[in-house]
Amino acid sequence: MSESTTLDEMATGTDATEQHAPEHPDDGHAHGATDGQYILIALILAVITAAEVSLSYMDVGPIFIPALLVMMAVKFVIVVSYFMHLKFDNRIFSFLFYSGLLLALGVYVLALATFEFFA
Amino acid sequence: MSEAVTLDAHVAQDGHDVHGDHGDHGGHGAGHPATTTGLSHNKLGMWLFLGSECLLFGGLISTYMLYRGRASENLGPDQIYDIPFTSVSSFVLLMSSLTMVLAVSAASRKDVRNVKLWLTVTALLGATFVGGQVYEFTSFYREGLGFTTSLFSSSFYALTGFHGVHVSVGIIMLLAVVGMISRDRIPGDRAEVVELVGLYWHFVDIVWIVIFTLVYLIPA
Repeated sequence: MSESTTLDEMATGTDATEQHAPEHPDDGHAHGATDGQYILIALILAVITAAEVSLSYMDVGPIFIPALLVMMAVKFVIVVSYFMHLKFDNRIFSFLFYSGLLLALGVYVLALATFEFFA
Repeated sequence: MSEAVTLDAHVAQDGHDVHGDHGDHGGHGAGHPATTTGLSHNKLGMWLFLGSECLLFGGLISTYMLYRGRASENLGPDQIYDIPFTSVSSFVLLMSSLTMVLAVSAASRKDVRNVKLWLTVTALLGATFVGGQVYEFTSFYREGLGFTTSLFSSSFYALTGFHGVHVSVGIIMLLAVVGMISRDRIPGDRAEVVELVGLYWHFVDIVWIVIFTLVYLIPA
């Protein structure tokens, strides 16, 4: 690669990455899982969804709601961690997202509890 | 100049590791100017936006949970919901997350053809989901469940309607990105644009994961 070409690439930004990409397969956006692993994750999500729907037609007693909530949380975490790459990304992104999520959970659980106790 | 030296020079000029080789994957490579955090401001902004969206949907879901028992006779959640139909819709939206992540993956490989293909498939799956929601709303309305029929119906339509609007906005974003890629109208890091739209789309999916369980599967 010539120096002049490299300087041109530096000026344009993205093209430089294209040139370096073969030597750095994990560069830029290629991190996380492979396409095959994404398909496997989607299959797991589909199976959990099928289990959720099946459970809603069965009489499993007091574990019904906890089981549904656990499966919902598992699906949520899988999508956020793998499909949204939070597991592989910088922790600042996780902090921003989970701060909002935990704030929402805290505020609204408290609000619902208030209605439950004082209604 | 050797390629290794060239890479070092590139890193030095940008002020941070553009290739993310040093354990920091937040910057996602080149395509954005040097920042104090070394992270893309666009991506930081998107995550902040998604964090704030949790508060919006948290409020709507809480309101529904509070009022789902306040239904008029024979028009409550247990009478009107069509679980098999909604399950299929949920499956369609879940699979759209797969096609979206495949588009992001193709974008990281700079495989433009597959990026456009998977983005279009994602938009079609999203449109199928929205179509299913329109059908569901129409059938509920014909059964007598209007927006102001009860507190249950108001909170149900507000929650699922807001989600449907988010999906519709996502479809517009997906098709806009496909059009912009086709016309080469995306300046800078094309893969980051696809990833940002992907983050929004996956968020819409995780919100539905919560709605499907709390609204449809757990009885009132």
